[in-house]
Amino acid sequence: MGRGSKSHQARVNQNSTLYRRQVRPIELIGETIIRIVAFVSLAAILLIFLFVFRESLSLFSAKTSMAEDASIYEASESYGDVPSDSGVPVEEAAVAAPVATATNEKPGSLLGNLFGLEWQPVSDRPKYGLWPLVIGSFKVTLIALLIAGPLGVLAALYATTFAPRWVKVWLKPAIELLAGFPSVVVGFFALTVLASILQTSFGWQFRLNSMTGGIALALAVVPIIFTVTEDALNTVPRALSEASLALGASKWQTALFIILPAATPGVLAALILGFGRAFGETMIVLMATGNAALISINPAEPIRTMSATIGAEMAEVVFGDTHYGVLFFIGIILFMVTFALNAIAEFYVRQRLARRFGSR
Amino acid sequence: MIRSKFMGKAVIWGTALSAGLILFSIAFMLTIIFREGMGHITWEFLTTPPSNGMSGGGIFPAIVGTFIMVVLMSVVGVPVGTITAIYLTQYARQNSLFAKWIRFAVNTLAGVPAIVFGLFGLGFFVQFVGRGMDQLGGGEATVWGQPNLLWASLTMALLTLPVVIVSVEEAIHAVPRELSEASLALGATRWQTIWKVVIPNSSSGIMTGAILAVSRGAGEVAPILFTGVAYFLPHLPQSFSDQFMHLGYHLYVLTTQSADVEATTGIQYATTLVLLIMTFALNFSATLLRQYIRNRTRN
Repeated sequence: MGRGSKSHQARVNQNSTLYRRQVRPIELIGETIIRIVAFVSLAAILLIFLFVFRESLSLFSAKTSMAEDASIYEASESYGDVPSDSGVPVEEAAVAAPVATATNEKPGSLLGNLFGLEWQPVSDRPKYGLWPLVIGSFKVTLIALLIAGPLGVLAALYATTFAPRWVKVWLKPAIELLAGFPSVVVGFFALTVLASILQTSFGWQFRLNSMTGGIALALAVVPIIFTVTEDALNTVPRALSEASLALGASKWQTALFIILPAATPGVLAALILGFGRAFGETMIVLMATGNAALISINPAEPIRTMSATIGAEMAEVVFGDTHYGVLFFIGIILFMVTFALNAIAEFYVRQRLARRFGSR
Repeated sequence: MIRSKFMGKAVIWGTALSAGLILFSIAFMLTIIFREGMGHITWEFLTTPPSNGMSGGGIFPAIVGTFIMVVLMSVVGVPVGTITAIYLTQYARQNSLFAKWIRFAVNTLAGVPAIVFGLFGLGFFVQFVGRGMDQLGGGEATVWGQPNLLWASLTMALLTLPVVIVSVEEAIHAVPRELSEASLALGATRWQTIWKVVIPNSSSGIMTGAILAVSRGAGEVAPILFTGVAYFLPHLPQSFSDQFMHLGYHLYVLTTQSADVEATTGIQYATTLVLLIMTFALNFSATLLRQYIRNRTRN
């Protein structure tokens, strides 16, 4: 994208003395402001990491132990009554608690607790085992990807190769329309309509379960997979498919054995991006998966994901206590996983695609 | 030969079926939401607050809350995004490390889950900036150190930043290079060229970015869950430090936290429909604008 301005830059640099003479004070200030503002988005990423990390740090300072938390929960009776009321009373509880019980410290018990198999943050002895949430997140994401992956890739293949012209014109905007659905709307639809349909047709015990959530999530992810795959398929040089057709291969053979393999890195990027999107999605899973922190591979059973846990519990949590820290810690995991996925999709896959066909 | 013919049919029908299935689910969702929601949308529904513990009345405060939040968000996010895009296209050397890092940050920002933005809003704006402001003010009362309209809008502005940057960048690239080069050749400085040539010519791109950001901001709920949205407020927000109601959150609350979910089904569908129509209208106008830009560059 920058080819044009690069040469422009070079020219400006050559005449830098000429250029510098023209700079006026106001412009200098303006340009400095531009540079500073541009720095904002870079700073934002650093700040996001820093502050989400900072809030979870309270976990590792080892000052809070499980015994304290129990007292905090007993102290704050307002727990769970009124959402989004983490104001004044909550603070009092947080301040009062460390004074109340400084006994029964068990250093190191927290880490063991995080790796536990049970998530019961609201009990006399809260259990912060993350495994059910991690497994829940991966399970529902996997279900979503297993549905949306083939669907999106095949639909993109259809749109780029087989579809008649009038279909092509309508298909892309229609699928992009789906991308415009707010996730609450998809969640609402899954909760009220899809769940009932699926339950009556499969006779599931639970109305809301990981399958319902996964299908809803697939709806949200399909547009990304479709769009990125379609872009990748369009990048494949026409000479390649024309050579294949000229050698006597039929249209479908060309599509399946020439175009699709040539665009593999792009398809992979689409799937990775879809995975990242599904993994971090909150409202849909919060509304449609049942939110029970169970460990099971049965898709008909409810699950609780990491993102939904943050969404459901953060508004009601006591500021600064272990539960609060654990929720931020989950946020760090989400951030890191999506960050890694995006980086892989961005660098590795795009570069391979570029190397294969020369830079576009 | 016969087998190959069969395979060919299977491949074509398989791909067509996938596309059809996606289209079908979109049509299905739209049909149901429109059918169930249409009957409940009345003038009264749009202009009165909820009543009877959310089981009656309308969604007026949620519409106003969404609107105010979105406006505040754009006031912050659109200029910042536009300026960043200007930096990336006009000032940054494309191979400079700084520009590369910023571009990487923008891409990353676009991929961060919405809920993590919410956590950031809580940790940074509410706890750090807000509490800091309260302490500096010296007062006993918590004014800024709690979730409110301002923090929610700022969090949302950050979330929508990549959307603005990408569409403004696209628009600036669509400005013919000859124009800005002619301006520079006539002796205008880079600053003058940007203000008099580049920005006026990419104004529709800036509009597109703003509209897309607004549509995203209107529909996204996760970032504001704990940075400022309220379950129910009898009055409209009066200042930046007030909480507000939001259409998407209202829908979430109605469907998951209300005492009698069945009783509010009509309201739920109608709220969904309002939200959907709003986002679609915004997206549609953004698409039209973008089309306009592309056509103009082609000529």
